[in-house]
Amino acid sequence: MSHHVVSIRLYLAVFFSLMVLTAVTVWVAFLDFGPLNDILAMGIAIFKASLVILYFMHVRYNSKLTWAFVASGFFWLVLLLVLTGQDYWSRDWDKTKGWDQSPGWEDLTPKAADPTDAEEGHASEEH
Amino acid sequence: MSSHTTSPEEHVHDPYVAHHFDDAEQQSEAVTLGMWAFLITEIMFFGGLFLGYYIYRSAYPEAFHNGSFELDITLGGFNTVVLIFSSLTMALAVRSAQIDRRKALVGFLLATLVLGTVFLGVKVVEYSHKWDHHLVPGKYFQLPPGQQPQMQIFFAFYFVMTGMHAFHMIIGAGIMLALIPMSWKGMFHSRNYRAIEMFGLYWHFVDIVWIFLFPLLYLIGRN
Repeated sequence: MSHHVVSIRLYLAVFFSLMVLTAVTVWVAFLDFGPLNDILAMGIAIFKASLVILYFMHVRYNSKLTWAFVASGFFWLVLLLVLTGQDYWSRDWDKTKGWDQSPGWEDLTPKAADPTDAEEGHASEEH
Repeated sequence: MSSHTTSPEEHVHDPYVAHHFDDAEQQSEAVTLGMWAFLITEIMFFGGLFLGYYIYRSAYPEAFHNGSFELDITLGGFNTVVLIFSSLTMALAVRSAQIDRRKALVGFLLATLVLGTVFLGVKVVEYSHKWDHHLVPGKYFQLPPGQQPQMQIFFAFYFVMTGMHAFHMIIGAGIMLALIPMSWKGMFHSRNYRAIEMFGLYWHFVDIVWIFLFPLLYLIGRN
């Protein structure tokens, strides 16, 4: 099915949709929706990317095998982002300081040049 | 297709199908899957950068928002339009090859190359602006007054992510410089347009990366 020739009209429709969505994403960025701003921005970006993948990249007209291939790639990307993200979000650290300055993370923070500290760090590494 | 009859063991010779494929359809499928396998490695590569951005931004939201405010939304928006337009011309280039329009193919590839160059030119303007304002992370970074030092982390992500993106575009421009004379000579047509189509996949992928970079780098903290 990859011999499918897409009409110019459809390509132009996708192009204008992408332009309108770009304008919308800039517009909503100037409005204050609180945490919804990020969700909106990413939702629009995912929709734009889907248009590009389905029509410009012809995945809509490719075989089901190609479709599964592409979907599996994004599935692993979601695993990478969500599984790592939930670890950072669910830890009990002081959000006002940032995770690398919260209790429990001092061990991982590089210390100033101090011979005793360096030795301690070295010793704990070996355990 | 050749018209003479052949025995079952004998191949019907199609100069555009390699020996180890049954037919053009199977070859097309294999080529597409191979290209997507490469693009998935690219997705994971940029995915790691996006993950790092996400973790550091969740740690220092204010520094990231204020850092984003230092970027020029007009130039970033202009480049977004330019890059999406270049994706359209690339899609039309593939279409031209599919329907044997040699001159249109060359024209659309040239248009894609010019638009890609415009994008990179704007990027040079933006980078030099950041350089002049001492916003490049490292020894000469100067924190704007009243800002958190972690703003430097934002700019590290800005330069690495847009830099890797621009690097992909430079490679794409190089491939186009090779494809344009080949297209002019008539190497690509309705029975042999895989190279153009696969390059198109690469170019659209680069466009998709920018679709995510633009809101994440330029548009946060504008409200």
